[in-house]
Amino acid sequence: MDKHAKLKFILTLLVVLVSFGALYIAQGTMNSFYIRVLNLAAIYAILALSLNLILGFTGMFSLGHAGFMCIGSYVAGILTMSPASKEIIYFMEPIHPLLANVQWPILPAILLGGIIAALFGFMIGFPALRLRDDYLAIATLGFAEIIRIVVTNVIPITNGALGLKNIPSVDSLLVYWGCAIVTLIVLMRIINSSWGYAFKAIRDNEIAAQAMGINIFKHKLLSFTIGAFFAGIAGALMAFLITSIDPTMYRFTFTFQILLIVVLGGMGSLSGSVIAAVIFSILMEVLRFVEQPMNLLGLEISGIPGMRMVIFSLGLLLIILFYRRGLMGTNEFNWNWVLNRLGIKTSHQGKRGEAN
Amino acid sequence: MLGLKRRNYVVLIAMVLIMSLLAVGCGGSQDQNAGQDAADSDVIKIGVFEPLTGVNAAGGQMTLEGIELAKEMYPEILGKKVEIVTVDNKSEKQEAANAVERLITQEKVNLIIGSYGSSLAMAGGPIAKREGTPVIGCSPTNPAVTLDNDFYFRVCFIDPFQGTVMSNYATETLGAKTAAIIQDVQQDYSVGLSNYFEKAFKATNGDAAIVAKLNYNTGDKDFSAQLTEVKSKNPDVIFAPGNFLECGILVAKARELGINVPILGGDTWEAEEFLNQVVDYQDIYFSTHFTAEEPVTEVSTTFLEAFAQKYPNKEVNAFAALGFDTYILAKDAIERANSADPQAIRDALAATSGFEGATGIITLDANGDATKTAVIKKVENGQFVYEAKVDPK
Amino acid sequence: MSPDIFLQNVANSITLGSLYALIAIGYTMVYGIIRLINFAHADLLMVAAYIAFYGMLVFTLPWYISFAIAIVLTTLLGVTIERVAYRPLRSAPRISVLISAIGVSFLLQNLGIVALGARPKPFPRPDDLVWNIQLGNVSFLSLTILIPVVTIILLLMVTFMVKKTKMGIAMRAVSRDFETSSLMAVNVNKVIGATFAVGSALAAIGGIMWSMQYPQVDPLMGLFPGLKCFIAAVMGGIGSIPGAMIGGFILGICEVMLVAFMPELSGYRDAFAFVVLILILLFRPGGILGENVVEKV
Repeated sequence: MDKHAKLKFILTLLVVLVSFGALYIAQGTMNSFYIRVLNLAAIYAILALSLNLILGFTGMFSLGHAGFMCIGSYVAGILTMSPASKEIIYFMEPIHPLLANVQWPILPAILLGGIIAALFGFMIGFPALRLRDDYLAIATLGFAEIIRIVVTNVIPITNGALGLKNIPSVDSLLVYWGCAIVTLIVLMRIINSSWGYAFKAIRDNEIAAQAMGINIFKHKLLSFTIGAFFAGIAGALMAFLITSIDPTMYRFTFTFQILLIVVLGGMGSLSGSVIAAVIFSILMEVLRFVEQPMNLLGLEISGIPGMRMVIFSLGLLLIILFYRRGLMGTNEFNWNWVLNRLGIKTSHQGKRGEAN
Repeated sequence: MLGLKRRNYVVLIAMVLIMSLLAVGCGGSQDQNAGQDAADSDVIKIGVFEPLTGVNAAGGQMTLEGIELAKEMYPEILGKKVEIVTVDNKSEKQEAANAVERLITQEKVNLIIGSYGSSLAMAGGPIAKREGTPVIGCSPTNPAVTLDNDFYFRVCFIDPFQGTVMSNYATETLGAKTAAIIQDVQQDYSVGLSNYFEKAFKATNGDAAIVAKLNYNTGDKDFSAQLTEVKSKNPDVIFAPGNFLECGILVAKARELGINVPILGGDTWEAEEFLNQVVDYQDIYFSTHFTAEEPVTEVSTTFLEAFAQKYPNKEVNAFAALGFDTYILAKDAIERANSADPQAIRDALAATSGFEGATGIITLDANGDATKTAVIKKVENGQFVYEAKVDPK
Repeated sequence: MSPDIFLQNVANSITLGSLYALIAIGYTMVYGIIRLINFAHADLLMVAAYIAFYGMLVFTLPWYISFAIAIVLTTLLGVTIERVAYRPLRSAPRISVLISAIGVSFLLQNLGIVALGARPKPFPRPDDLVWNIQLGNVSFLSLTILIPVVTIILLLMVTFMVKKTKMGIAMRAVSRDFETSSLMAVNVNKVIGATFAVGSALAAIGGIMWSMQYPQVDPLMGLFPGLKCFIAAVMGGIGSIPGAMIGGFILGICEVMLVAFMPELSGYRDAFAFVVLILILLFRPGGILGENVVEKV
């Protein structure tokens, strides 16, 4: 047993407390633009974390994240809209009577969004996870598109292309980052449990893992369902952040953006995903200047819309070609490393790549 | 990792949850002075959020041309220089929300213009409402955009009016007894218009009058199957509102298949891209905001001349005209308020009545929607030609 | 359904199906050899269409010269992409190569938006190639005949190349067993480069045909046919050239007939393609003509 366990727990607790304190202060002092960008970063972080569990830790190339997110958003949106709003918004066809008078508080709605997404994850994973690599990628992408098309077409439930409006707005950093931190803690717990070792064994060598007696299918399905659950949570949060949703938000190109974040942070590093999500959301706003008209050495350059995405796609390519490990590789932030630096000897000598 | 035991995790997570719960109660306090700062500055900042890339790019770019033209003609309001801050929303909702937040809190704009695409407008609307900055929409026609939002106004008419106008035109002028609808199920604009057209058409011609209602998805290029189905039903008119991207191909394909009945659509068709596709055909009608042949107001003439001068190679279009109108309406409201304070501008906007824009006489109703004349145009000899005017009831 | 309408639907499905087939052949060639969903393939369609567009309109070249230039330049681009973005990752995990492919596709689309503008442009149809044909009550474009003819000619050419030429035999060897063939003195890089050249040329022809049929070009135009044609290739049995053609036709026919016989389901048309894809993957992963290969260690 790690003799510094208690110290580390206290440190962790301290970090959590301090970060909540910081979030609380930030909420009071930062302007709403920064808060919004950070909230979006928290959502991206949850999405990246959950995709990383599937892709980086279990080695399954799934491109279905936008679909799970779509489910989470719609569940949360429909459950929390006021009956009066529903009556006005569903003007093409009235809303299904079962849903017309439901109005839940926000947190249970987020949770149910995750649960229903997980349910779909389970149902999709059951057949799809027999496939591998690119076949799996294209099948999950297909499932996500099917979800989106069905959502577009079942008007009495989802209001079709007109989407939902007047979803209650939540703009508290603590809610978004609270969810992100819970996600991080839960996933860290999972990847360091026997499940997590099984996931990594499957990623590294499926046949060897099978030979070791790991139930491949069960563990793949588990990882996929947990990933879908958190994608659903992120979707629900997205609904509260933007307060209006429609099916076109969840095209498969959105999954590619999340993929970009995961690759940037390092496939197989949870802390990397969080860092990359924050960097991505901030850069998206900071880089806006490249689209503004500029005055370079007396030369007027008119703004070119779209430059930001060129930079990001180039970045994705360069990372995958020259720096495949991303920001963090498969390393995690860990206390041993910090403690060693401070001159406190720990039982594990802070091996790199060993999340402890 | 982190060196925790199971029980410790439970403690940790419980703590996080409790803190989040606490946080829901105490929402952020907003900076009330933002508006005041903006009002005292010696420039007037107008924020523009439009889709300049992504699926709605064409509409956003056309609108922007009109706004820039108006700014060039009227560079000063109340003796202050006007500065336009343009932010691309990538045709994505999360970007649109960020864009509006950025314009208000970072750029401290006095007023916002945008956005093409109702869903993008709806992503930005609640933020503008919360921050108390007025927004004038150029062309979001979904009724929900201004719903429950005292700070959102628009210079265009809305889907129910447009759908009904086209239905009446089909029945009264074209003498149609039956109609087929082809809609883009993924697009709020298309299903909204179709819905109101269907209601109005059934009300006048009976429930069996809609002989077919077919769907396609944004991005589709092949409409042969839908059109063949329509052909077999032989309707008197076809109503096919949607993006000019898909509709251009759809309408051309209908004619190639030998469907020669009139085809009707909405204001999105008023675009070069659409015209280019259907240039050889006729009996194509659509409702729009604006016409060059029968200028509705004197401002129309001014706009037309200025547009021809600034963009000699471009066809004048409704979106540029609407963009132009949002700017001059903003100017008018600021002058009437005699202040650049967002709240004062909002109140002045809400009181807009009988304002002469390039696209017609604009009166804003209690929702902030424009009641104004619709123009019906048709395609003839490779051009958009004025056909009729429909006044609001 | 009257006979006229049925024949019209048949004509429609042939047009759509042969377009799918044409593009699917390019997909299947590349996939067959390096087992990579070349997401960038779809964007090559767009590049070819734009080059042809600029050739005809801006440089006012005759259509055949524009088309030829478009095919040559797109081929070069395809080979360059392979050289720059895929070759360095040959020994990397397959996920990395796939992400690289997505990155290339992303980059081409966004460069297209920046360099060419996001607004769509009308693609000129050469009068020599496109005219309307009216047979009784059935009307269709000359392309309905032209595209299948082109598809079949290309299919025969590609099949001949793969079966009879030295390069083709090398291609088959590489697709069978990468390492053994390199031991047998097959220059693997050269073979893969050649495959990309042929695949990209096919993409270019597909892109040009697609833009003539649906005469509009925009930077995101490849997204959709790319996905559909990949599905077609998987249906036919990925790696199998005649399979891709059959898959393309089946998908085209099914899509048109779904709307023809069940118009109320027309909103689900795109979902239908994915449902078919998933069913095929689950029950016959090798596709209609493909072999069901068991994954080796």
